[in-house]
Amino acid sequence: MLIKKPADLKPSEITSEKNYLNRRDFIRGGAIAGGALLGGSAVGAVIPDARLGKLANVTKSPYSTSEKANSFEDISTYNNFYEFGLGKEDPFQNAENFKTRPWTIEVSGHAEKTGSFDFDDFMKPFDLEERIYRMRCVEAWSMVIPWVGISLAEVVKHFNPTSKAKYVAFETLNDREQMPGLNGRSLDWPYREGLSIAEATNPLPILAVGIYGNVIPNQNGAPIRLVTPWKYGFKGIKSIVKIKFTSTRPQTSWNMAAANEYGFYANVNPEVSHPRWSQARERRIGAGIFADKQETLMFNGYGEDVAHLYKDLDLRRNF
Amino acid sequence: MNTLQQIRLIWKPSVFLLCLIPAVLVVTDAFELTGRLGANPIEEIQDRFGNWALRFILITLAITPLRRLSDWNWLSRYRRMIGLFAFFYALMHFLAWLILDQGLLLSAILEDIVKRPFISIGFLAVLLLLALALTSFTAIRRRMGRNWQKLHNSVYLAAILGVSHYWWQVKKDITEPLIYATILAVLLAARLGWRYRRHRAKKNPA
Repeated sequence: MLIKKPADLKPSEITSEKNYLNRRDFIRGGAIAGGALLGGSAVGAVIPDARLGKLANVTKSPYSTSEKANSFEDISTYNNFYEFGLGKEDPFQNAENFKTRPWTIEVSGHAEKTGSFDFDDFMKPFDLEERIYRMRCVEAWSMVIPWVGISLAEVVKHFNPTSKAKYVAFETLNDREQMPGLNGRSLDWPYREGLSIAEATNPLPILAVGIYGNVIPNQNGAPIRLVTPWKYGFKGIKSIVKIKFTSTRPQTSWNMAAANEYGFYANVNPEVSHPRWSQARERRIGAGIFADKQETLMFNGYGEDVAHLYKDLDLRRNF
Repeated sequence: MNTLQQIRLIWKPSVFLLCLIPAVLVVTDAFELTGRLGANPIEEIQDRFGNWALRFILITLAITPLRRLSDWNWLSRYRRMIGLFAFFYALMHFLAWLILDQGLLLSAILEDIVKRPFISIGFLAVLLLLALALTSFTAIRRRMGRNWQKLHNSVYLAAILGVSHYWWQVKKDITEPLIYATILAVLLAARLGWRYRRHRAKKNPA
């Protein structure tokens, strides 16, 4: 169901595979030409890339915010994806040849249904929705991103976890050939994240496969990544290859790297500072050089949907 | 034109303009004439000014060892100017944080300076550099006598604070802070080495 072409799309509007794969060369060529005209550097502006494959049969979701979404350029050039480098523009620069097909997702652990699934087979049972969510990074910046994805709750239901399953653990692809960042020891690879079953079956989290109605760019976590809008961005594990239903709390990468700075829950909380900086306010990307920071909201403003999950929890200790 | 005139009229202005390029690029990149400041221009502006402040401190500290190793005595004529550029970039970094990042919100600024150690030490480094800049005039230097050198030795402290400020702030990628720290360690070690040799030479005259 995923990348089927809708019938009303004219053949001339469909990007050939070759053009799609060469889109950056095209953009870069234009940028270099433009830069040369101005006598400047070769890094030019990135145009919103409408030639990424369009996703079909996407319904709008009532969970979307009405806030103005960030530009495609901001969303696709300002990324934390350490597998492709530590700088914010590194993933955009380094993920261009990342192969997202064929892609296999291994589902294992305490569930009725387990096994290895080809990406398209994995996606087949689920409906695509557009969910426009706020995204708050632990580094105190935020964006609004129009994701396209599938409900994680539906995915969990589909694989039917047993009563032993208390958590869902995720892993990112660990391929040194393709991911230059894996040669550095910035984190303990592969990247790992996890949610409690209660969190994973909440209606908010999605597995995203698109942005702005098109296939998700590689640097944003193609072909499939987690989005949990009430948690800090690092919870949103990218390029997922493993999903495991576990009885114990899985290890998570940033928590392993610095447990005093990054907790398992990673809920957005303006009242609990990062040990080195305040989380009370955030910089909205794209707001302009002279825009003020804005107040960060508890659970990133999604408290109505998720606060009940943590009612018996001391959020200062369980950050 | 004699050598002194050449230095005053040609070389010094040239070095001055060269040192100004990173600041000019911030402005021209903001208007996308030369490059871009990216999706988070405020962070980019702060990072660039901060980085150049550290680079200019290290260049300033490298001048004396370089002069000793090479006998290029003319190098010391540029030391004050380059040191003042270190202050200039540190000040711009500080002002970018104060105005653009914090939006001059006094409560947040004070909280950060008091409660976040990496910001406290960065602030302290800026204050030190400010004291050095204000006392950099020849007339003041003469009036201060021996105290001037004592005060200006705090440039080492400012450099250590600056590099620590950077190291402490990064989330995970310590590559660049490590490069700065290594260069600073070498420059400080060179000075300690010379001081030790001088000390020994005094004690045991050949």
